[in-house]
Amino acid sequence: MFVVSYISISLLIVLAGVRFKESAQPLATFGAGVTAVLSLVGWIVVKANTEAGFPAIRYGFGGWAPPIGIEFVLDGLSAFFLMVVNGVAAVVLWHSAGNLDKHLDAHPPTFYALASLFLLGLNGMILTGDLFNLYVFLEISSLSSYALIAIGSRQAPLAAFRYLILGTVGGTLYLIGVGFMYAMTGTLNMIDMMAIIPLIAEEPAVLVALLLMIVGIGVKAALFPLYGWLPESYTQTNSISSALIAPIGTKVAAYVMIRVLLFVFGASGLNAVWPLSEVIAYLAGAGILFGSIMAILQKNLKRMLAFSSVSQIGYILMGVALMNPLAFAGALFHVLNHAIMKATLFMVSSHLERQEESVDIRDFNDSYRVKYPWTMATFTLAAISMIGLPPMAGFFSKWMLALGTIEADHWVLLGVILTSSLLNAVYFFGILEKVYLRRSGQKEASQASMNEVSWGMRLPALILALALLGFGFFNVPLLDILQTLFPV
Amino acid sequence: MEMFLANYAYAFTLLILCIGLYGMFFKRNLVKKVIGLSIFQAAVIMFFVSLASKMGGTVPVKWDEIPVEMIDGYMNPLPHTLMLTAIVVGVATQGVAFGLLVNIWNRFKTLEEDALNEAILEDSRD
Repeated sequence: MFVVSYISISLLIVLAGVRFKESAQPLATFGAGVTAVLSLVGWIVVKANTEAGFPAIRYGFGGWAPPIGIEFVLDGLSAFFLMVVNGVAAVVLWHSAGNLDKHLDAHPPTFYALASLFLLGLNGMILTGDLFNLYVFLEISSLSSYALIAIGSRQAPLAAFRYLILGTVGGTLYLIGVGFMYAMTGTLNMIDMMAIIPLIAEEPAVLVALLLMIVGIGVKAALFPLYGWLPESYTQTNSISSALIAPIGTKVAAYVMIRVLLFVFGASGLNAVWPLSEVIAYLAGAGILFGSIMAILQKNLKRMLAFSSVSQIGYILMGVALMNPLAFAGALFHVLNHAIMKATLFMVSSHLERQEESVDIRDFNDSYRVKYPWTMATFTLAAISMIGLPPMAGFFSKWMLALGTIEADHWVLLGVILTSSLLNAVYFFGILEKVYLRRSGQKEASQASMNEVSWGMRLPALILALALLGFGFFNVPLLDILQTLFPV
Repeated sequence: MEMFLANYAYAFTLLILCIGLYGMFFKRNLVKKVIGLSIFQAAVIMFFVSLASKMGGTVPVKWDEIPVEMIDGYMNPLPHTLMLTAIVVGVATQGVAFGLLVNIWNRFKTLEEDALNEAILEDSRD
């Protein structure tokens, strides 16, 4: 149902775009909105089903029963991710109406068709219950994201090309891993394979497959040493693409990581030969520190946000690799928070890019609080959540992750989380200090006048920022549900 | 030696895989990188196809002389069908890659990594 809505919308956009240039954006937003509502319905249905003791919803394609045919599975985890991805995507596409910058003026229909295809790929990756099918959807979303990234500054195609090389290697390594698993188990269905893996977990071929899959998905998720494509791509691309890809692209790769490592292999299968979960946890920890330190050193706001993405994805992967319900719930909550925070922050950077023609942090000064009161307020909310101050949602996910590290006795990683919060504070307070705390009376501030973007752009960003506050206040019921999603 | 004879297909697949990786990461020309990419993907296709083959098996089309229950008589059709999809993905990837290369050429008038890096450095100096 979800995928069908994106397929039809992206085809419709291409067709409609030939005649009506203006129809693309409302159509894409409408499609994403409908899918978001459907995901919400799916989440409620799945929740009711689980409480009543029914298993997950499984849908086999073409009338073939699941182990032979391809199936889609909607369980608690996939319902949660669908909700996050489609919700954020709908708001970003709504926001993009006022934001067609100079790179996009020529072909909005092409852009929105690509964006819908990208979302189609992500939805497919989340829903599918088949390892090879996952590869196909992975490539669909990757190919459209290469194209989306290539629309941008002079260097954007080069950044996209480098991402394409790395991304294809990652995808292909994952495919080889799938081949090994197929040779060992004779099935591609995840639920089927889950039952076979305990019997063969110590075979060397399974270990090789596991390593190939971790590296392959790690490239997509920007796990620490494999993050190389990310900063350049997010910096060079146009502002809508970065607001669309940065919040949800890496999250879905993290979802694949959770699905393959925790659900298909399970804790015992993952650690049967080598303690791989610890390796991933420490790599993620290294990524957190590295990303934060690099973010402090950046002068360009978009590049700073990109490096901060490297660090935030580290939190999620670390929470997954710690393998206990507390850290798992923290990681999932952080998926939601980070998707919203990054979307908000990239929207803010697009507002500034639009009005100031530059996103150089050194140019920030106290005139910004006069010129962009709403934008800077939004930025402040998201930044506070990013640092992790209560009552913003970012605090609670970090809190759960910290509890998870204590539960797993990983004191080094607890130190990493705390240090990195401080580092986050360094780079975000650096900006807030420039904008809000400098003594006014300099001539920039007194001469400046209100120069805000349109309400159509201010409102979506503000809604997302307020959603962070809302999720912060209502974190308890959500975290309770997320803890129950942990596979036993 | 016996080990090699039993697994020579995998050894050659690994060799092609390494050639592809070498092309992608060590060649300085972007077109050669794409060539490396396609060699890399071809190696994976070979790997899957060699997974499917059986000594003495025939093509997986139903044939009256070999009953369907005799699974040793037929090759495994599933990896072949998977690879049809993977080939399509590979073609699409190369299409996008060459599209990007055309764009890069139009903007920088070169496809050499070193020249591109220099051009970018000059951009950032202005």
